[in-house]
Amino acid sequence: MKTGQKEQNLQTNCISVSQFYRISTGKMGEVKVIGSSASLFYTRVEWALKLKGVTYEYIQEDLLNKSELLLRSNPVHKKIPVLLHDDKPVAESLVILEYIDETWKGYSLLPQDPYERATARFWAKFVDEKCVIGSWQAMAAEGEAKEKAIESVQEQYAFIEKQIRGKKFFGGEQIGYLDLVMGWKTLWLNAMEEVGIMKLLDPEKFPSLHQWTENFKQIPIIQESMPPQESLVNYFQGSLNYVRSLAANKP
Amino acid sequence: MANDEVILLDFWPSMFGMRLRIALAEKEVKYESKEEDLRNKSPLLLQMNPVHKKIPVLIHNGKPICESIIAVEYIDEVWKDKAPLLPTDPYERAQARFWADYIDKKFFDSGRKIWTTKGEEQEAAKKDFIECLKVLEGALGEKPFFGGDNLGFVDVALIGFYSWFFAYETYGNFSTEAECPKFVTWAKRCMQRDSVAKSLPDQHKVLEFVQTLRKKYGIE
Repeated sequence: MKTGQKEQNLQTNCISVSQFYRISTGKMGEVKVIGSSASLFYTRVEWALKLKGVTYEYIQEDLLNKSELLLRSNPVHKKIPVLLHDDKPVAESLVILEYIDETWKGYSLLPQDPYERATARFWAKFVDEKCVIGSWQAMAAEGEAKEKAIESVQEQYAFIEKQIRGKKFFGGEQIGYLDLVMGWKTLWLNAMEEVGIMKLLDPEKFPSLHQWTENFKQIPIIQESMPPQESLVNYFQGSLNYVRSLAANKP
Repeated sequence: MANDEVILLDFWPSMFGMRLRIALAEKEVKYESKEEDLRNKSPLLLQMNPVHKKIPVLIHNGKPICESIIAVEYIDEVWKDKAPLLPTDPYERAQARFWADYIDKKFFDSGRKIWTTKGEEQEAAKKDFIECLKVLEGALGEKPFFGGDNLGFVDVALIGFYSWFFAYETYGNFSTEAECPKFVTWAKRCMQRDSVAKSLPDQHKVLEFVQTLRKKYGIE
């Protein structure tokens, strides 16, 4: 291992995520990420960059008071995360993950085989469209609607349970793209369950997903980047209050 | 590739199915097309896409690939020697994927609302739709195609919607040519390609189809 890399690893281990700040030049280019450490979409990008050993500057965004940089970098959606590579913006977390995989060699996020790649992409889309959104909806719903929403999202999770059965990670022996996409389950889902006063994934009913979560949480790079549960609870409670206030103010 | 078995489960007015028809035509891949009756889905469809039970599904040597954008990318990767759809530069590829995602997230819904709603809701949908077209025009810039000099990933993702424009315009009472002439110029340019012209249904047939759907949903 070269001295420079040893230093880099030491620094990565010593400095906490929110303070991690370095601009590197040369082959890597200048990499910045506009994000929010409480955001599950941002965190998967952070994980990917760390797996690739890419140093970057983290730019914390105040989502209630969006910066000019964000609005300029993602004028279409005005959302985080946005990766800036030599000031060129890439938006949408799944698009960013693929960009990271293609730009920096070394650790492979996606499999090489086209069919396996299509399969990983299919499940990533499914996780975001059905599991993330479904869990949020279950969290936000009340009464009978809540019960229905919980049932509905559990049906979606059953598909994921089947996918991980018999495997250590979605990526095989090592974590990959789909593990990073599903990684939000480790903390964010717990926070949603707390805010939504619900239990979505009983370890007895979803044993394979439960085991995967335990395996995933053991990985040092993942552990380093986990925000405290309390900050996530506050984040979801805040978002929920905001959404409910919008609904209450509608004529 | 010799001895490849390629089947496409499709439905003629589907703009998502059209994406795969165009991609396969561009790559000159021989395939068998199976038309689905969506009111009576075939056992094959239910077996190949148990999660969503939707078309299109590409079946390559017995293995299904679902979700049209994912299938187009698969086609591009497998039959990589002909008519590349995604560019080689990672940044350009990211832009192409971003726009394909935008089309799926924003464009489809706004178009659908034009013929499924009335009054204020419909007016809002029209406004959204035209705004989407202008955003896409911006992304196209001065290039002949989103893919540059040739048809690319985003062109393939988007052009199928053009066959629905006559229906949108009829029910929404507006003219795309008047609102976004650059977009229409791009669409007509795409239609000059055989792969596109042969993959899109006649716009009057689509209008008839939308008429029957509206009757079925009780929208008048």
